[in-house]
Amino acid sequence: MPHDGHDHDEHSELSPIALRVKALESLLVEKGYVDPTALDVLIDTYETKIGPRNGAKVVAKAWTDPAYAKWLKEDATQAIASLGFTGRQGEHMVALFNTPDIHNMVVCTLCSCYPWPVLGLPPVWYKSPPYRSRAVIDPRGVLAEFGVTLPETTKVSVWDSTAEIRYLVVPMRPANSEGLSEDELAGLVNRDSMIGTRLAGKAA
Amino acid sequence: MNGPQDMGGMMGFGPIAPEANEPVFHAPWERRALAISLAMSGTRQWNIDMSRHAREKIPPAQYWSLSYYEIWMEGLKRLLTERGLLDGPSKKLSVLEAANVAPALAKGSPYSRATEAKPLFKIGERVKVRNLHPGGHTRLPGYLRGAAGEIVLYHKAHVFPDSNAQGAGENPQHLYAVRFKARDVFGADTDDELQADLFEPYLEAP
Repeated sequence: MPHDGHDHDEHSELSPIALRVKALESLLVEKGYVDPTALDVLIDTYETKIGPRNGAKVVAKAWTDPAYAKWLKEDATQAIASLGFTGRQGEHMVALFNTPDIHNMVVCTLCSCYPWPVLGLPPVWYKSPPYRSRAVIDPRGVLAEFGVTLPETTKVSVWDSTAEIRYLVVPMRPANSEGLSEDELAGLVNRDSMIGTRLAGKAA
Repeated sequence: MNGPQDMGGMMGFGPIAPEANEPVFHAPWERRALAISLAMSGTRQWNIDMSRHAREKIPPAQYWSLSYYEIWMEGLKRLLTERGLLDGPSKKLSVLEAANVAPALAKGSPYSRATEAKPLFKIGERVKVRNLHPGGHTRLPGYLRGAAGEIVLYHKAHVFPDSNAQGAGENPQHLYAVRFKARDVFGADTDDELQADLFEPYLEAP
């Protein structure tokens, strides 16, 4: 267990919340409720294994393979599972396809619902009050903060993830991306474009 | 409940301030907070709706002053305390083992359930959101109360959070994505639209 064996002086460097979490973890381990090795595996999973590169693969495949795009539209859960991305916080998936006419954007006003298997853990802004409060009432103002200004002819369509359905936005394929391989295309898919707060084609 | 979590449409929280090249965690304790929360949920002493409700019950002034993982820790403390898991002798729980982490995460917990009740609404139908103010957990955001919209997706029946959070059983209910005009909900001067996933008991015929 990585947090064992330090001397007490190190505690003085920890913030009050860090000390409280450390104490709680120690108590839960002592009581036999959590396996410290399992904690390390959980952290490693979400820090290094499950992240937005997964979602980028889904999007790049949808851009290059019309049959896959159709499957993704009709049954996103299965189409995404076929690439190996399943499970916690992605049990019921729906894919939203952006077009010149409609720009989809996802929020969870009530907490922080987010499609973990394809995007990993949500960024701080996604789960914080400014975005959760404003995405529904002022989506164009929110987009402007991300540097995105859409034509008035593009309808903004906001999806509030209020139940256990998780939404993945499939951004529009950038212009002048013909001839790129699926891997190269995946490199154009930034995380925020799959939430709907940016466009694909720029670095995240 | 009309708690601090129900913030759709509120104003005054300031800029969104997305962080460039944001790390997954911002401090070592956040890693541990995530991990102990997930590991404890694996002991099945509570369900996801109970854990959401535990966070919502944090008083608003406190909730809005806490960071995300601080809210998680406050909620976890409440769940553990309510169940007497912090004091007294240890209870025998089913513990998430390291070897089971990957399979458990990959499996997840599907929330769809069978029900014999026929869905009351179908895709394309107009519905109105009921004026509900339950004191317990609900997934009906306040900004949609009374709004009229159209069913656009039918997700079949799912565990009903309002019951599940109370320990009153899963009570599966039909779940729909309902589309609203931003003009109708917020008086927006655009043709923009909003969708939310709403359970059948939140809805009525217009």
